Amino acid sequence: MSAARSYYQEGGFETVIGLEVHCQLATASKLFCGCSAAFGAGANEHTCPVCLAMPGVLPVLNRCAVDYAIRAALATDSTINTNSRWARKNYFYPDLPKAYQITQYEQPYCEHGRVTFDLDGTEHTVRLTRIHMEEDAGKSVHDAHASWSLVDLNRAGVPLLEIVSEPELRSGAEASAYMRKMRSLVRYLGISDGNMNEGSMRCDANVSLRKRGATTLGTRAEIKNLNSFRSIERAIAYEIERQAEILLGGGAIVQETRLWDADRGVTRSMRSKEEAHDYRYFPEPDLLPLVIDDAWIERARSELPELPDARRGRFVTSYGLSGYDSGVLTASKELADWFEAAVAAHDNPKALANWITSEVLRIANESGAEGETDFSQLPFAPEHLAALVRLIDDGTISGKIAKTVFSKMVESGDDPAAIVAREGLVQVTDEGAITAIVDSVVAANTAKVAEYKSGKDKLFGFFVGQVMKESQGKANPASVNRLLKERLDG
Amino acid sequence: MSRLDELSIEEASRRLASREISSRELTEACLARIEVTEPKVGSFLEVTAQLARQQADDADRRLAATGTRTSDTTALTGIPIALKDIFLTKDVRTTCASRILENFIPTFDATVVARLRRAGAVLLGKLNMDEFAMGSSCENSAMQLTRNPWKLDRVPGGSSGGSATCVAAHQALGSFGTDTGGSIRLPAAFCGVAGIKPTYGRVSRYGVIAFASSLDQVGPMASTTRGAALLLQTVAGKDPLDSTSIDAPVPDYAGAIGTAPTVKGLRIGIPREYFVEGLDADVEAAVRAAIGKLQDLGATIVEVTLPHTEYAVATYYIVATAEASSNLGRYDGVRYGRRRGEEQGLRDMYGESREQGFGAEVKRRIMLGTYVLSAGYYDAYYSKAMRVRTLIRRDFEQAFERCDVIATPTAPATAFEIGSRTDDPLKMYLSDILTISVNLAGLPGMSIPCGLDSAGLPIGLQLIGKPLDELTLLRTAAAYEDSCHWHRVSAELKP
Amino acid sequence: MPLDENEIRRVAVLARLHLGEDEVARLTGDLGRILGFVGKLAELDTSDIEPTSHVVAMSTPYREDEVTTGGDPDSAITNAPRRDGHYFVVPRIIE
Ligand SMILES: [Mg+2]
Ligand SMILES: [Zn+2]
Repeated sequence: MSAARSYYQEGGFETVIGLEVHCQLATASKLFCGCSAAFGAGANEHTCPVCLAMPGVLPVLNRCAVDYAIRAALATDSTINTNSRWARKNYFYPDLPKAYQITQYEQPYCEHGRVTFDLDGTEHTVRLTRIHMEEDAGKSVHDAHASWSLVDLNRAGVPLLEIVSEPELRSGAEASAYMRKMRSLVRYLGISDGNMNEGSMRCDANVSLRKRGATTLGTRAEIKNLNSFRSIERAIAYEIERQAEILLGGGAIVQETRLWDADRGVTRSMRSKEEAHDYRYFPEPDLLPLVIDDAWIERARSELPELPDARRGRFVTSYGLSGYDSGVLTASKELADWFEAAVAAHDNPKALANWITSEVLRIANESGAEGETDFSQLPFAPEHLAALVRLIDDGTISGKIAKTVFSKMVESGDDPAAIVAREGLVQVTDEGAITAIVDSVVAANTAKVAEYKSGKDKLFGFFVGQVMKESQGKANPASVNRLLKERLDG
Repeated sequence: MSRLDELSIEEASRRLASREISSRELTEACLARIEVTEPKVGSFLEVTAQLARQQADDADRRLAATGTRTSDTTALTGIPIALKDIFLTKDVRTTCASRILENFIPTFDATVVARLRRAGAVLLGKLNMDEFAMGSSCENSAMQLTRNPWKLDRVPGGSSGGSATCVAAHQALGSFGTDTGGSIRLPAAFCGVAGIKPTYGRVSRYGVIAFASSLDQVGPMASTTRGAALLLQTVAGKDPLDSTSIDAPVPDYAGAIGTAPTVKGLRIGIPREYFVEGLDADVEAAVRAAIGKLQDLGATIVEVTLPHTEYAVATYYIVATAEASSNLGRYDGVRYGRRRGEEQGLRDMYGESREQGFGAEVKRRIMLGTYVLSAGYYDAYYSKAMRVRTLIRRDFEQAFERCDVIATPTAPATAFEIGSRTDDPLKMYLSDILTISVNLAGLPGMSIPCGLDSAGLPIGLQLIGKPLDELTLLRTAAAYEDSCHWHRVSAELKP
Repeated sequence: MPLDENEIRRVAVLARLHLGEDEVARLTGDLGRILGFVGKLAELDTSDIEPTSHVVAMSTPYREDEVTTGGDPDSAITNAPRRDGHYFVVPRIIE
């Protein structure tokens, strides 16, 4: 272990992290032109003179993008500015066709929000500095030729929200948990698919260290384009250690942009000093001020869906679930919807919650990509799980058999009742049949019966096991227990 | 009967409607005139003769159907016009007089062009200009020199030099230009034609190559005010593709001017700051005579003051160059336009393409604009200029409490000699001293001929109006025209 | 306002203009004089004055969220100096 890491772990430094989350809005068309904003199309298929920055073209604002932006502001307890302005951020890059990005700078539409998230059972609150709207850049492909890059402008002009947090996060784990909450929020709001693989959601992390107790911020490095929860945690962890080592060695942190290299597990400097950026922001003359009046805000508020925190509370009060389970179930809208669909089909929320938080989530995590839970890939529907629990509740199968039925359901996607019928898994409740098995087990184990009778109570479990085995697990456990007890103790 | 190419738009329109002449005849007359005069004046970067003949024939078919149910003619149907090479024309090369766009073929029409096509106007070609509209003399074209038809050793004024020249030389009946700091009014004055820069937002900028977005405005030129009015009403009005275009009804300007416009009761403001030292004596005399004529016609003359006038040029050169430095970033050799230096890598491709593609004045303005926006200078220059712009706007608001229209000279002097100001950018910038404030305030402004100086060069009278009140400008100008002969005096076009 | 050749070179990098030494010298002189001239704005006290960034007193209009353009990559690249399929091609970007 390096000196830096141990010093850090002993509490010598405090980490200060601020996140700039970029979230692509799920509009049909781009922010300033009528081209499709959909992901995945042939090169430059989704372009027009406006997003190609042909000479003489002008931007016209997509109303839906503003609607979505207002929802994000409301969901984060932010202040919406009635008047905001568009600005140009000027820099040259082949995927930035106008050589400026239309964004908001001095007067963003949204400020002073906050977001709460859970980490290991503790609630954290992070304040948001601001949220603003801006357009995305295109994409460059570097690996097709040795000496050329290819430019595709399908993404150029797709609407983004940039959500800027205060530097109040203290670890990679907190940053990642915050990011998960943000993703959950935008999905609840229906304003973004939050898909990190496709770049719909990504973040830049500003990381700095300071001596514990210090009140001023240290020099920060900005790590660009983190596009998975794992890379957020790993990149920040690496960066903390890198900075700690420099500081402990008496060095100074250089304020710079760094890139996370996932293959090598390091961050590396992205731009040299002479490239220091000077974005020359100024008000966008081609767009007039954005006015969001109270009527618009109230309309958006009335259309807001139930948000994760409220839903979690409702799960506690109306389903009698624990706060923890409710938190797990409402962490994503898809999961919460899945749970409620199951409850609608069979009213046993507690049992369903148990099944979902243990078995169903495990399957969903296995089928989703890294760090993703993917419910669309599940081979069975919530109604199937509800049917399974109903079979337990009405005594048709035992809890143990239910596990077998569940795994067959995962394999085949068949209805549990059909599986039970096909495999002959119906629970044996006929006491005559169970008595017969009890009798044969007792007869076959005379020595053990004697030991039991002489006081070795622990052997009772052995007899239960033998009876269940004889019945191929189908015997009703309660009946087995009672009948065995009668037979052995009688 | 006078030559067809000498007809005013309103007269040609009347004769086309009555079938006395055909659009094809009119168009052929203009093409013939272009052939004869172009070697002297050099207005056109491209003559679209084939397209013009085709459009003329289309127009004749439309005109022949007049009075039937399929009739779809307008006052401009069959009228040959030409466009500054700043307007994007689908499938017709559009260069903005810059090497960087020398091979650029647009895939769409500017809104103005689309509206003109729909109205049935005939496009004769694309006109020379200062590169990216940056200049006051048309000498900054990367393509060719355009000469003033009144005296070929003089500049036509800029940046819409070709637009004024082609009207003055009767190569086209009308034209369109753009005006960011005087680029319609100055050449109109230098070439003795009528030119109007409407209120900012009156005409769509979509498809018009941007110089300074908060100042640029499209406007027409013609030999008469009524002709300019017909052109303006065809292209004006809200465009959903331009967020800064104003959603306000567009009057039938020509109809509203009528046959007997009057200025009775009109209050004309004379700003004292526009009649100061440096103003050419012939210009001052002609402009004062014109104002006297308007007074004779029933207008009331009031003195007004625009105290921040002396700061306008400085304000303009900060705002305009800052916006231009950003607007011209897209000429990077990636998607279109000239590319150089790619073999040395991306950085050199940018640097070389732009270094070789842009002319000296464009580079000067990109540098100035980049500088005033750059870290540490924004507050001292750009932010400051935006605040002074507010003061300049207020000056006009206060002046217009006392008057309905403001009258001034368009330029301090008449057309200067080619080459006489090219060494001194600052001196060139001061050519726009009387027109620039109007752009900063977003107001409509117009120049009409009001005399000749002792060298026989035209003098322009500038009229400035309230926001969206182009009609008062046009009425005033038409009333003046009806009382004088200056708009009928033509350049003899002798060397 | 002191403006030296290094400052001009800094600005030229931002503006992506390769300038020859003679151009650097000429621009240093030109811009110096122009900045001297525009510096007269400093005479005015504008501390209480709101900036004008637009002369049109409206809020920005909207378009509805409908797909109305796109689907023509041929025309997108028709003026491109270098292309590969429907991609624009530039010298390799090294980050
Ligand atoms: Mg951003
Ligand atoms: Zn587009």
